[in-house]
Amino acid sequence: MGFYRLLLFAYPKSFRAEYGDELCAVFARERREASGVGTLALWAAAILDILFNALRVHWDILRQDVRYTLRTLGRAPGFTFTAIAVAALGIGATTAAFTMVDHVLLRPLPFPAQDRLVKLYQNYSSKGLDDLSPANYRDWKQMSSSFEAMGAYNSREVNLTGTGDPRTLPSAAFTVDLFGVFSVQPLLGRVFSEDDNRDSAAPTVVLSYDLWQSLFDADPGVLGRKVVLNDGSYTVIGVMPRTFYFPTREARLWTLLRFAPDAFADRTDNYIYGVARLKTGVPIEQARADVSAVARRLALAYPKQLAKTGATVMFVRDDVSGQSLMMLKVLFGAALCVLLIACTNLASLLLARALGRRKELAVRAAMGAGRERLVRQMLTESLLLSFAGGILGVLIAKAALPLLVRLVPVTLPIAQTPSMDMRVLLVAAFITGGTGIVFGVVPALRMFRSDGLREGSRSGVGGRKERLRSALVVAEVTGSVILLVCCGLLIRALGRVQAVDPGFRSENVLTLRTALPVPKYEKRSQREAFYRRVLTDLRQLPGVTGAAYTSFLPMVVGGGIWPVQIQGRPEDLANRRTASLRFLTPGYFSVMGIPLLMGRDIADGDTFEAPWVAVVSQSFLDRYWPGENPLGRHFDFGNHDRAVVGVASNVKVRGLERSNEPQVYLSYQQHDQVSLYYAPKDLAIRASGDPLTLAPSVRKIIHDADAELPISNLRPLTEIVDLQTASRKVQVLVLGAFAFIAFLLAATGIHGLLAFAVSSRMQEIGVRIALGARSSNILGMVLRDGVTLAGIGVAIGVAGAYAAARLLESLLAGVTPGDITTFAAAILLALLMTLAGSLLPALRAMRVDPVTAIRVE
Amino acid sequence: MALPEASFHILMTLADEDRHGYAVIQEVAARTDGKLKLGAGTLYRSIQRMLEQGWISEITTRPAPDLDDERRRYYRITPQGRAVARAEAKRLTELVKLARESGFAPGRA
Repeated sequence: MGFYRLLLFAYPKSFRAEYGDELCAVFARERREASGVGTLALWAAAILDILFNALRVHWDILRQDVRYTLRTLGRAPGFTFTAIAVAALGIGATTAAFTMVDHVLLRPLPFPAQDRLVKLYQNYSSKGLDDLSPANYRDWKQMSSSFEAMGAYNSREVNLTGTGDPRTLPSAAFTVDLFGVFSVQPLLGRVFSEDDNRDSAAPTVVLSYDLWQSLFDADPGVLGRKVVLNDGSYTVIGVMPRTFYFPTREARLWTLLRFAPDAFADRTDNYIYGVARLKTGVPIEQARADVSAVARRLALAYPKQLAKTGATVMFVRDDVSGQSLMMLKVLFGAALCVLLIACTNLASLLLARALGRRKELAVRAAMGAGRERLVRQMLTESLLLSFAGGILGVLIAKAALPLLVRLVPVTLPIAQTPSMDMRVLLVAAFITGGTGIVFGVVPALRMFRSDGLREGSRSGVGGRKERLRSALVVAEVTGSVILLVCCGLLIRALGRVQAVDPGFRSENVLTLRTALPVPKYEKRSQREAFYRRVLTDLRQLPGVTGAAYTSFLPMVVGGGIWPVQIQGRPEDLANRRTASLRFLTPGYFSVMGIPLLMGRDIADGDTFEAPWVAVVSQSFLDRYWPGENPLGRHFDFGNHDRAVVGVASNVKVRGLERSNEPQVYLSYQQHDQVSLYYAPKDLAIRASGDPLTLAPSVRKIIHDADAELPISNLRPLTEIVDLQTASRKVQVLVLGAFAFIAFLLAATGIHGLLAFAVSSRMQEIGVRIALGARSSNILGMVLRDGVTLAGIGVAIGVAGAYAAARLLESLLAGVTPGDITTFAAAILLALLMTLAGSLLPALRAMRVDPVTAIRVE
Repeated sequence: MALPEASFHILMTLADEDRHGYAVIQEVAARTDGKLKLGAGTLYRSIQRMLEQGWISEITTRPAPDLDDERRRYYRITPQGRAVARAEAKRLTELVKLARESGFAPGRA
């Protein structure tokens, strides 16, 4: 019988209280009449009966509650709208932030065995991680034992001609075994095989899904088609699935990476990246120790070149810069802050509403509704509100995602725009449900614990309830101060980064890339003829004040470094320091606005036959000949001896926020035994006005010089510099929006609390006025409440903000976490917010008419 | 709108006398030759709804003490309950008439 009573707990309490005894009595009678197998059947029937009917009873109550809630909410549209909007903001912000974090950090990469995929790096004590030389890659592969498969790649741009306009495509060259490392099956056709890797084999190419769609209209008959890339005709052998991105999401096609026998000669010529799959059960630490041991053996075998070269591996998944990681963490933290503020606001709203409905609830309780029944009803209401908010929030998040893509690091092989899947929606639902339950139940229980129902009168709001709401308001102020300070600091940091002098003047310069394909431009004379023709024509264009070609524009390619050997100071290759190498056509410095500090520019006279010269940066001078006259000094660079003829001011080659090697500029006519990758391909044109108006004529000039040459990356130089701060700007924007929302919510919170306090103290205020209190006294009384709460919130908030700022110090670009200006501004804003929130209730309190107020009772 | 079957049966058993819950279950079983055994949960859920809708009422007067072996609640059909049951019976009769016309049920159309 006890068990039967236990089963009755499946029913709602109200039903159990009403009919529990009856149900037991009936069951007892039935049991007395049954025996043997009949008893068993009776139990089975009873259990089914209870489960089925309990569900039905719950369902009936839910329907009643929902209907009731919809009716009461409909009668208070202002409250309903505010509550839903508040919930939507909190849930939307958190969902968007979680989607980003999930996309970048949590979700598995779209490769089988992705948790065993690692990248291999050469590891230098002095300059950190670097790519590999073919010889080291070959030896690591042979000598290591931790990997199931290993391959290598490098990224390159290829010119695609013969299908529509010529264009430059980002692509990658894979060693024959690299696709096997990922073990991803192609969507169509096949990937590279050993047959393709033979010297005599015809060149082959694998297309990305994207390129297949855009260029070949998703034609399944694309296999076997020929496409013309840089250096000749390639046969399409396969198409990869849409989710395959590697090494970055930009790569559009893959060709074979093959090494000529002499590629293995120079162990310091690092230009490929290694990717491997760990053997099952081999931890990454073991693999790291394994490659380190291999690197040590190689260093012993080739001390001159590799004495300082170590090796390491890291998960492909983890190849995210510290800054990206930090930005995402900040985003997530800020979103949680907004959610918390939204939730407290919601709780405060519900609490106020519950207090305002005490009379109604008291009547319902008097009519026999149990406490459990009323709590359940209130819970239905808060859940309904939060779910409406949740749906709206997910829509907001979905709309906001495209704005956040700048925060997705380019180094990861994932899609640019995160997608919302079931997991994200589940998390959103979880947040929503939690919001509804926690912040709905607390006010409801609070209501009953203080026996608010028994009072049932309109005066005398219990002090405890107001204390709870006060605590909520303090929490809101705290959160918004933290967000305001963080946002302020990041704005200051952004300003500081934008104020960094890039070393060149970016206004009024048009840039574009024309990568000269090989073999067409294999000979130096062919390239020189092209540059001369294009530059001569460009300089004659009206509105053009100068034009020049360089290997790579600053901030477009950060690397391209070579070891430096100063004449008279011999050093082993392993010990040589490096400088960035750029070939130029004359006039580059004036076009870019880079000041020449000493000597002269590269000139037309610096031909292959003339003495070989170089212009070096101030930092080069400071490193090798501090305080001396460098002109005429010799050094070995780019496989040739060069004499210094000029000194240019420093340029931020690797970007505004990074340090970089000194720069060495060489004449485009003195290019020999250096990869054609360095052949000048970036064109800079200085205009007297808006540089983009030149674009059509520039295109025509290049087309006239070579109709098959694609033009890519056409953009003003300012855009390249702006890109440097793009992700920071997004971050500031998002955080600013969050701070603004938090700010509004906190102000509403203060307003709501004070407005409620004033309206429930009408009588008291009326009496005070009748007894002679001046309106300034009344104003002070109300404001004092608001300011006290805000003061506590600001005090806690300032401490919290300082702690938060210390955490994000790495993003602050040198702004101190305790920046006085920022804190002062945030505190001032918080004060303004308090005043704004208190103003209306205070005014209302001052206008109380004592006669009416006292007569109300 | 069709009346739930359990509710209709309960109304029918209450048509001639007031009964308590267990008696309703027994009476329904007797009337249907044991084909319908109402579960206790189904019974009281139906009773709750019919009380709310005013089709039956709970009565405080009890029959002779010797028949009342335990403390029990008795239910009585209300005039409104009778009207509902009559409407349901009419609806079913018409339905059966239609079924006869289509030859689905025995008897003359």
